Amino acid sequence: MADLATASTAAAVDPANWTCPAPLRDQPVVVMGHGGGGALSAELIDQVFAPAYGNPTLAALTDSAVLGLGGARLAFSTDSHVVRPLFFPGGSLGDLAVNGTVNDLAMSGARPTHLSAAFILEEGVELAVLERVARAMGAAAEAAGVTIATGDTKVVESGHGDGVYVTTAGVGLVPEGVDIRPQRARPGDAVIVSGPIGLHGVAVLSVREGLEFGVGITSDTAPLADLVAAMLAVTPDLHVLRDPTRGGLGAALNEIARASGTGVRLRERAVPVPDEVANACGFLGLDPLYVANEGRLVAFVPAEHAEAVLAAMRAHPQGTGAALIGECVADHPGMVVVATGLGGTRVLDLPLGEQLPRIC
Amino acid sequence: MKYIDEFNDPELARRLLDEIRATVTRPWALMEVCGGQTHSIIRHGIDQLLPDEVELIHGPGCPVCVTPLDVIDKALEIAARPEVVFCSFGDMLRVPGTGRDLFRVKGEGGDVRVVYSPLDAVDLARKHPDRQVVFFAIGFETTAPANAMAVHQARRLGLANFSLLVSHVRVPPAIEAIMTAPACRVQGFLAAGHVCSVMGTAEYPDLAERHRVPVVVTGFEPLDILEGIRRAVHQLERGEHRVENAYPRAVRDRGNPAAVRMIEEVFEVTDRNWRGIGRIPDSGWRLTDAFRDFDAEHRFDVTGIRTEEPAACRAGEVLQGLIKPTDCAAFGTSCTPRTPLGATMVSSEGACAAYYLYRRMTDSPAPVSSAQEMNPVG
Repeated sequence: MADLATASTAAAVDPANWTCPAPLRDQPVVVMGHGGGGALSAELIDQVFAPAYGNPTLAALTDSAVLGLGGARLAFSTDSHVVRPLFFPGGSLGDLAVNGTVNDLAMSGARPTHLSAAFILEEGVELAVLERVARAMGAAAEAAGVTIATGDTKVVESGHGDGVYVTTAGVGLVPEGVDIRPQRARPGDAVIVSGPIGLHGVAVLSVREGLEFGVGITSDTAPLADLVAAMLAVTPDLHVLRDPTRGGLGAALNEIARASGTGVRLRERAVPVPDEVANACGFLGLDPLYVANEGRLVAFVPAEHAEAVLAAMRAHPQGTGAALIGECVADHPGMVVVATGLGGTRVLDLPLGEQLPRIC
Repeated sequence: MKYIDEFNDPELARRLLDEIRATVTRPWALMEVCGGQTHSIIRHGIDQLLPDEVELIHGPGCPVCVTPLDVIDKALEIAARPEVVFCSFGDMLRVPGTGRDLFRVKGEGGDVRVVYSPLDAVDLARKHPDRQVVFFAIGFETTAPANAMAVHQARRLGLANFSLLVSHVRVPPAIEAIMTAPACRVQGFLAAGHVCSVMGTAEYPDLAERHRVPVVVTGFEPLDILEGIRRAVHQLERGEHRVENAYPRAVRDRGNPAAVRMIEEVFEVTDRNWRGIGRIPDSGWRLTDAFRDFDAEHRFDVTGIRTEEPAACRAGEVLQGLIKPTDCAAFGTSCTPRTPLGATMVSSEGACAAYYLYRRMTDSPAPVSSAQEMNPVG
């Protein structure tokens, strides 16, 4: 501790001259945060992809594009999958590759029918590993009721990849009278999540090299098209569906708020967070609201249908833990505001990039 | 969850708030020292629930925020070397140095890794004898024992390829500097619970007595913080200035003697620059001469890097509690977590970032840029 003599030196510190560093602006190289599904991902689209090939269909801010083709409405989506490790509690890269695209299609109300699968393999990967991934994809496709109809394989030199990368694309038909997209969120809509959040992100973290921790939970990876069909059977007038993958529930709700120009009010205590997720997030310094899910959806439902939709979800195997977590409001457009358990409020922002574990 | 849910209970929180309201008769300014406390206060909206008389001033206890620019620049220089594996706690990666951050170095090919314990870095050094493994040893008294242990183990294992880039800081000299600054408004302290779990409370009675301020050792969950505030207000209203331990489930008066011994074996007290604040005497630790071989500054010869910090933001005033983040003209406009002007906007424990993340209700709505009209989530 400083003694009195040094303390008087400390008093010479002049607060008026306290300074801070110069700004660090745009990144000239790709950083990990560009793939985090947050604000940096949005910037990449804004500054690189949109100027190069932007168009009204791409600009619709949907998980899948809905195209009018030959009198039918075709949902079309693609998703690349990189995960380390390839196998984790409750699933594998193969499950994610199928369910990710199936769910993106389902979020427009479509019944997914066909997928493509493109592999980028690193030289040296054991065929037994690839077989496990492929078998998981086959099983997941069967469970989701889709056919993997076409594919491609490329190999990169050892050291130029991370084992196995899979990109899937998929199509499905959107039923008549269904118009589900983020722009349709309206003040008064009930906000419903289909089950406990944060399971996938924490399950993967729990087996990541250097961070192994014992936690009795498994990834929630699952196909959601059948759950969506059950919800549409209650009413075709669902306003918004979104699967809160990277960036979690926080990113999904922010995107919906911004796309629709409405506000979202979330009740923190109503959001189902399993104890194991809360514990792991507590010691890693992560916010469960930003942790990835692979088998959950968030729905904006007209208030008059909310109870019936919630009941239908709870009666479905993929929605047994469904919960009403908040509502869409006219206040604070473009913003998500959380009512904390203690009775205060806070803004839930779009995450910047990947969440960074805190120092202590 | 045990030890978390219990300390989040809304009914107990209401009772503590009622008691604070019933006790307070005039305005008091309390400083919570630790960034983890700031984060919790803003995340749970605790400051909104307090009576108007109780003002919370957010202290300089965010280790990421106060790590000086020249140390960040040294880290960037070392991390960019091809032979180096640079290990850091996660939230240091986005702190801006001069012109770049560790994420950028990683993007440009540097081997920068997030680890959760310095002992993981020792493990890496053992597994990769051909690489130089450097751990970025920042933080307060809380992280110092584990970092000291890492060096201790590295020496025991005879690892010649492990070193620490040290920028440790100590809480008591910072409190001294705050209390002796002419513009000081702080009337009581919520001391950092985890710092005291290591160091104990012996350093504080003298500070409390000389500056006539209550010092209440406080935890991090909402009820912990409310209890710390309740006790501080109670003392202030009665004209007392004692050290109290409101976090007894983690803090003993004597601290953790084994951890303190480990610190004393490896580190010695030194003057330290605090980013945005300036030099505070005796406010840091460096490796002792006996462990000089493990000092990355010497091993990589970066001791000569001396960066001047240009005056660009008011983080210093925020860190000393002279202004709220929202009083700064740059807040939320030219300064955001995406484009931080100062380190307080970087770490989630930084006061500016906490305000930006959780407290923009009164500002204009989030802009809808063309970027956000497209699909950023696959």
